Amino acid sequence: MKQELTRRNFLRVSAITGGGMMLSLSFLNNTANAETVADTAFSPNVYIKIGTDGSILILAPNPEIGQGVKTSLPMIVAEELCVDWKKVQVELAPLQAGFGRQTAGGSGSVRGRFTDLRKAGATAREMLVAAAAQTWSVPFTECVAEDGMVLHKSSGKKLAYGDLAAKAATLEVPKNPTLKDSKDFKFLGTRVKDVDAHKIVTGQPLYGIDTRKEGMLYAMVSRPPAYGKTLISVDDTAALKVNGVKQVVKLKNSVAVLATSTWAAKKGREALVIQWDAKEKLENSIEQFAAFKEMIDKGATAPSRKDGDWEAAQKQAAKTIEAIFELPTLSHGQMEPLNFYADVREDKVELFGPTQVPDSVRKQVADLLKIAEDKISISSPRQGGGFGRKLMTDNGVEAALISAAAKCPVQVQWTREDDMQNDFYRPAEMYRYRAAIAGDKLLAWHQSGVGIGRAIRGDSYVAGAIDNYLSEGQGLKSNTPTGWWRAPGANTLAFVAETFMDEVCTELKVDPIAYRLQMFEAAKQKPVGKLDYNPDKYKSVVELVAKMSNWGTKTPGIFRGFATWFSFNTYVAQVVDIKLEKGKPKVVKVYCAVNCGRVINLSGAENQIQGAVVDGICHAMFPKVTFVNGAVVEKNFYSYNMLKIKDAPLDVAVQFVASEEAPTGLGEPALPPVAAALSSAIFAATGKRIRKMPFAEQMG
Amino acid sequence: MPKYTLFVNGQSMTVEAEADTPLLWVLRDNLNLVGTKFGCGVAQCGACTVHMNDVALRSCSLPVSAVGLNKIVTIEALSPKGDHPLQQAWEELDVAQCGYCQAGQIMSAAALLKKIPNPTDKDIDDNISNICRCGTQVRIRKAIHLAAKKQVK
Repeated sequence: MKQELTRRNFLRVSAITGGGMMLSLSFLNNTANAETVADTAFSPNVYIKIGTDGSILILAPNPEIGQGVKTSLPMIVAEELCVDWKKVQVELAPLQAGFGRQTAGGSGSVRGRFTDLRKAGATAREMLVAAAAQTWSVPFTECVAEDGMVLHKSSGKKLAYGDLAAKAATLEVPKNPTLKDSKDFKFLGTRVKDVDAHKIVTGQPLYGIDTRKEGMLYAMVSRPPAYGKTLISVDDTAALKVNGVKQVVKLKNSVAVLATSTWAAKKGREALVIQWDAKEKLENSIEQFAAFKEMIDKGATAPSRKDGDWEAAQKQAAKTIEAIFELPTLSHGQMEPLNFYADVREDKVELFGPTQVPDSVRKQVADLLKIAEDKISISSPRQGGGFGRKLMTDNGVEAALISAAAKCPVQVQWTREDDMQNDFYRPAEMYRYRAAIAGDKLLAWHQSGVGIGRAIRGDSYVAGAIDNYLSEGQGLKSNTPTGWWRAPGANTLAFVAETFMDEVCTELKVDPIAYRLQMFEAAKQKPVGKLDYNPDKYKSVVELVAKMSNWGTKTPGIFRGFATWFSFNTYVAQVVDIKLEKGKPKVVKVYCAVNCGRVINLSGAENQIQGAVVDGICHAMFPKVTFVNGAVVEKNFYSYNMLKIKDAPLDVAVQFVASEEAPTGLGEPALPPVAAALSSAIFAATGKRIRKMPFAEQMG
Repeated sequence: MPKYTLFVNGQSMTVEAEADTPLLWVLRDNLNLVGTKFGCGVAQCGACTVHMNDVALRSCSLPVSAVGLNKIVTIEALSPKGDHPLQQAWEELDVAQCGYCQAGQIMSAAALLKKIPNPTDKDIDDNISNICRCGTQVRIRKAIHLAAKKQVK
């Protein structure tokens, strides 16, 4: 009954607007939300549902992987909607037409959605205000929205959104609602805790791994033990005898064991007798690095960027300094091992699990199973980290193939060892830097980078700030897979470029902060070639971090390093303070200045920055992946070393440059510069340059 | 399959499981207590931390046959109303990012506070070794100190 009423209201709005902005006819089929707002009276777009009882549901359209968008995106809607946040319920949206780009990646969720979500909130607000104005027969302009109510200023009349919802639903959806003046923002920029905070601390089911559905079997999959190996044959006799094992399913290059519990599936998998054969080369990290060295010595066939004349400048130079940097392969190491639920039937498919790209998973499953996309429903729960791993679709697609073959609903669970051996890694890289110097002047700069798969980009600073600049990039072909890993490209480039810049500053005997400011001023006054960054914004963070850290002062026993980097449209500058404990560096404090436009959720934004800083320290210091004959040596956290609380700074001080500009990315940009600031601090403390990760192995 | 009677969250419960099944999977698959998380299976990351007789235990590495009638407490029963000082502090300081490791972090911290009610930074360093890739360690430390203060009140 209530459902019918809801549907009628909804269809009426649709009919009037003729399918105007963001309307979706399938919205009410979204059963995931059915319980939250039982009596939806008003839903002017896919993001908002308002019940006659005043309940408000806002849907967060993008996957939540720990970057905080389940909180920050609905905050943007709530600001324009003028509602009391305490009364708002939030859910993650399923993949559905009308929600736009439902991807978590490239620090793009808030950046890409700021304006549309404001419009979504403003649309609903205007319709509610119009409904009140009609009810009172007063001009629209005399009414204002506030805290989930509409007020008539002169008479003091008030109506709650719940009471206005049914009427609002009959009104035309405005095409261009008036957005708030940003000066009137009351909510954006405040500290708001994660919407799932209480559920998280009380251990409520929130994640893909917690999925439990009727008739479901648990599955574990035996995949090739090394890159380059292929499945030849499998004997499942023993596996099928394991208590609880129900089925064994052979896929193209893997074998799945389905059982009544995770442990039985694991034991069944262990009992498989599989023959794998090497059909391709089995690669070794040590050979990859040897190949890098050869390629750098040989040079690229064409530069990725060339300003002025490196060779001529080098001939004039009194001195050329050179440094070689090595960066290992890294795994994603997100805390929730991969998993996915799939229920493939002949006429419909249900997919549920961790992914940063639900649309790609659906598309691939549709292609492989030859089933129409509209027969496939997919949604994602909160995810135990992403960091780029789940931009790959393998876990979701594999689960669908297993369910299709087994003809039953299945929850595929990966172990940590599975995650380590079947990743799309942060590629190993090697860089050679050269700087031509005459007296106190940097004449020319030459960077040359080689990595697995892809080549480096050449446009980041110091390009634009120096007359003679040459950048070369080359990619090495390999069957060890690579992918996106938090701040792809930037996470290595910032380390090598900024560490080398610190070396140049040491050589020139200049202050590293003063010298950067001088470079950005040069780029501003007389840019050389294409300028890929805004020098003023770079300066804004460098100056702020200098102030925050009292740069130039000395504390006994504390050694400092500085670095700055621009990525995902955000500018970050950092000062890392370390001390030496038995000759080993211990990060005490990190200062971090950020220019990311407007901050949406101050708590979440600060958390992202602090987290990225700690994450950057972790991966500079400890872990690496080594391939031996195509197999990963570091099979679990006992050898893939991750940072512990004892290794983390006691404090990461964060300040944002005040800005009225639209928000830019936050999930990634604070990671890239940390390693360079840390290596420079280690140099300040020990006189030793660390040019190879992980640092801990270089510290003796 | 053998049967085991366990004492979990104040209740005695009987489960049917192979003797070598880790307590973690018994909690998750048999008892549907999914707040205790799987992260590594080799007692390294701490996502699976529960209490056994008030001491932090990595449940992924203890077979169900070895649990006996030792008192097991999971995150679901750390406090009756989800308001343990650590849970309050975690919420107040908005510690979590992805949140996946946090139940284990809180259980480790709760065992620490039982042992040392007002831990120093060094006590925290020496006793908490859980992994968090999101990098929430700075806020975790602050939340432990805040919870210690709340306990005194």
